[in-house]
Amino acid sequence: MTIVLQQLVLGVLIGGLYGLAAAGLSLIFGVMKVLNVAHGELIMLGGYGAFWLFALGGVDPFAALVVVIPVALAGGALLYWGLFGWVVRYHEETRIKNSLLIGFGLGLALHAAAVQLWTADERSITTAYAGSVLDVGGVSVPIVRLASLVVAFVLIGGLHLLLGRWRWGRAIRATADDWEAALMTGIDVRRAYLLAFAIGTALAGAAGTLVSVGYSISPSIGLEWTLKALIVVVLAGLGSMLGTFVGGLMLGVAEACSAMIFGGPYREVVGLVIFLVVLVARPQGLFAK
Amino acid sequence: MLQVDNVEASYGLFRALSGVTLEIRAGEIVALLGPNGAGKTTLIRCIAGLLRPRAGRILWDGASLAKVAAHRIVERGIAVVPEGRRLFATMTVEEHLDLGAFAPHARAARPQRLEEVYAIFPVLRERRRQLVRSLSGGQQQMVAVGRALMAAPRLLILDEPSLGLAPRIVESILGVLGEINRRGVSILLVEQNVHAALALAHRGYILESGRMAGEGTGAALMDDPHVKRAYLGPLALRR
Repeated sequence: MTIVLQQLVLGVLIGGLYGLAAAGLSLIFGVMKVLNVAHGELIMLGGYGAFWLFALGGVDPFAALVVVIPVALAGGALLYWGLFGWVVRYHEETRIKNSLLIGFGLGLALHAAAVQLWTADERSITTAYAGSVLDVGGVSVPIVRLASLVVAFVLIGGLHLLLGRWRWGRAIRATADDWEAALMTGIDVRRAYLLAFAIGTALAGAAGTLVSVGYSISPSIGLEWTLKALIVVVLAGLGSMLGTFVGGLMLGVAEACSAMIFGGPYREVVGLVIFLVVLVARPQGLFAK
Repeated sequence: MLQVDNVEASYGLFRALSGVTLEIRAGEIVALLGPNGAGKTTLIRCIAGLLRPRAGRILWDGASLAKVAAHRIVERGIAVVPEGRRLFATMTVEEHLDLGAFAPHARAARPQRLEEVYAIFPVLRERRRQLVRSLSGGQQQMVAVGRALMAAPRLLILDEPSLGLAPRIVESILGVLGEINRRGVSILLVEQNVHAALALAHRGYILESGRMAGEGTGAALMDDPHVKRAYLGPLALRR
């Protein structure tokens, strides 16, 4: 029984990061109708950013978020101006195709750059408190991963408030819903795209930082994280950031369950099965409004 | 105030407007009539900056709108109530009205504008925290008009505001347009309900297959053969 609980707890802990990874992808896709398949590579870069800050500057990875998030925000704005901003000139169906090409290209380039900069080895941030464990009735909860879950939740909650209260947040939601109506309302839709892309990239950077501290990173983790994020986006549907977070937790728990029932190697399969089942049974996702 | 001068527009190879000319003067209510597919919505999209004309000019206060971004056109004082209302599904009444005042010039005057809109549509104040999808069709139309008014427009363009609404509701919506006009807002009204539109408007234009087929005062257009054929049926001509 304790073993089952232990696995479920670990599933919830990683699920929070799935939710955070998916939130950025969901925001960008929902607003721009652009699928950034290099999202996982951006997560990877966020992880290396925190890794460098820790290894070279001795900066605590949670404190590093204060640096990583603004840098990723700026990096996202640059990526929008340089690459993805060109795509939004096209019709929505064309946008997806073009953004896929750009995303795959960007993903390959970032992967190659990461190999050059940090080698292909796995890295992770090992802080002084890395091994600390909270014991709850025989179930051990790694402190670092628990803190990551809390940070992920706080970031998602902050995003939720931002989209609900901030006037540009509302403009982003309006643009996601009906960009022409948003234009007729006087909203600069291009700027809403830029903001959504930059915020989405900042979320990827934050997710990467948390991955590097509780788990491990290497230049090749990008595709895996893009897939996880994509599965959560399909599972949760567009339009609700809190729903996306819950979707992430659900994927984490589902993976843990399948690992227990079918064994570790099948862990990845369950996500893809969920992906297919949701697409067939409820294509708009569980929490879509 | 608004001059549309020989405008041509097309979607790909399909020419939707050819040589359309229209003028709206300050303080006027102008009706734009015509059968489905005549190009009325296309003309509105050109004025709003969503579609760029192939040829011709659109002048606002004497300055061309050809290179003005659509959201800046709202800032300059032209607000559109689009066909089918196009409300934001996940937002409340008040969020719509708040977004309506998104442009910088409208933001400063937001509290007064909000009071004005609530004075015109008292039911929106009661429903301000409700999601728009929980409202009736007429109330949704009020939100759409209110959202446009929040931008502090000098010209309000309405594309078929009565579409799909019960006759009694249509009457009250059109009645409100007269009141908005008395507050100094010029109005361009696209409407299927010809009698009501011409009764309200100072002048009207008739668009047929992308060309202007007639213009005149409300009463004159009521007797125009184009209008009769298009809206009252061929029998009306024989009378």
